[in-house]
Amino acid sequence: MTHIVQMKGMNKYFGKLHVLKDIDLSVEQGEVVVIIGASGSGKSTLIRCVNGLEEFESGQLEVEGQKLAPKGGNQEALSNIRKEVGMVFQQFNLFPHLTVKKNIMLAPQKVKNTPQTVANATAERLLERVGIGSQADKYPTHLSGGQQQRVAIARALAMEPRLMLFDEPTSALDPEMIGEVLDVMRELAREGMTMMVVTHEMGFAREVADRVIYIHEGQIVEQGKPDDVFDNPQNERTQAFLSRVLAH
Amino acid sequence: MDSQFQFDWQAAIDSIPFLIKGIPYTLMISFGGLMIGFALGIIFGLLSINKKWFLRWPATAYIEIFRGTPILVQVLFIFYGLPDLIGGPIDPLTAGIAAIALNSGAYISEVVRGGVQSIDKGQSEAGLSLGLSRTQTFWSIIWPQAFRRMIPPLGNQAIVSIKDTSLFSVIGVGELVRQGQVYIASTFTAFEVYFVVAIMYLAITLSLSLILRLVERRGLASV
Repeated sequence: MTHIVQMKGMNKYFGKLHVLKDIDLSVEQGEVVVIIGASGSGKSTLIRCVNGLEEFESGQLEVEGQKLAPKGGNQEALSNIRKEVGMVFQQFNLFPHLTVKKNIMLAPQKVKNTPQTVANATAERLLERVGIGSQADKYPTHLSGGQQQRVAIARALAMEPRLMLFDEPTSALDPEMIGEVLDVMRELAREGMTMMVVTHEMGFAREVADRVIYIHEGQIVEQGKPDDVFDNPQNERTQAFLSRVLAH
Repeated sequence: MDSQFQFDWQAAIDSIPFLIKGIPYTLMISFGGLMIGFALGIIFGLLSINKKWFLRWPATAYIEIFRGTPILVQVLFIFYGLPDLIGGPIDPLTAGIAAIALNSGAYISEVVRGGVQSIDKGQSEAGLSLGLSRTQTFWSIIWPQAFRRMIPPLGNQAIVSIKDTSLFSVIGVGELVRQGQVYIASTFTAFEVYFVVAIMYLAITLSLSLILRLVERRGLASV
């Protein structure tokens, strides 16, 4: 088994607040890991550590064989990791001054020096793949939320990442648009993409995840196959959380 | 008291050819100064939000000093004070351009700072997560968006600086107001001449407003 992500005894503080406590977690190639937990439990912070958007204070974090040092050390490893790890944000974070296609072409051109014609072809192919080929020359604000999030996924895929991080990708969407984004993610998972997904979509977690992780107050309190975690949670915190979110 | 004042249109019209000679100086000082001021504004504006205190503090000091003292004092200092230090005279045109540059630079620094800080943190996170360096993220993602937001306050500063050049009559540079003063000294038609001077400033600033509005509309159309 090849580990793409490996965390050992990782701790993270926001000031005095201890947000991640002794996290041990490894993610294997091709694995889809869904992280669930109440808001403020540290689940977003956890995946934001993977590509260095958050620094951690102690412990070990290795991504794609690159060791990240605590407190933002080892900038070289960080920059290597970011080229290999894609991220999709809750608020999409598309670049409003660039067309949809240019949003996707920017990173390959700037980071990998991909020639414009190649970047252009890749962008068109990816837009077709996420089902919005006809919107290539529009500006992001002219798209619906669901379309914007699909562009954001295409933008991350353009860098041919080995791992994709999803930080609550459907939380800012109107209900009728959640499905179209989850479909694209489901497809990615089927194609073998390694994914770490923070979400409140329990149906998606049950269906797509290889492993579900429940985080409570910065600690991994339970993890396992989705059916085990959802149907037969062992920890009482998990039981309480699931009875709250699955009740309706 | 004699209140039989009559606006003398002929005197106003006659003054135009002489006054108009001041316009190139007014434009040269204001736009020359503003261009340098814009460069200073980018440099010091960005330094003022740098994480390193030894870059941030000098930038903040520059901004506070030139925003916190009158531009009239600044130009007098440059024209009359600085020659003592550098051991030679400074010509009034250079002194005027320098004063506008340093003064507008301080205000533009704040415009730059505000523009950059107004861009959502998610934008730089998206850039960094795609593998762009901090520099690439800044210049290809943050700056283009920030610059668009900076256009209205930059236009505002340009108009303020154009009007500020009127103070430089005190150092004898032949800009609009100075031309007016010289003309009035021989004709005593203060009302008419200052009226024409005011119209000339208005013509310059209104043209600028118009251009800026067009630029802004074009800039916004592509967002």
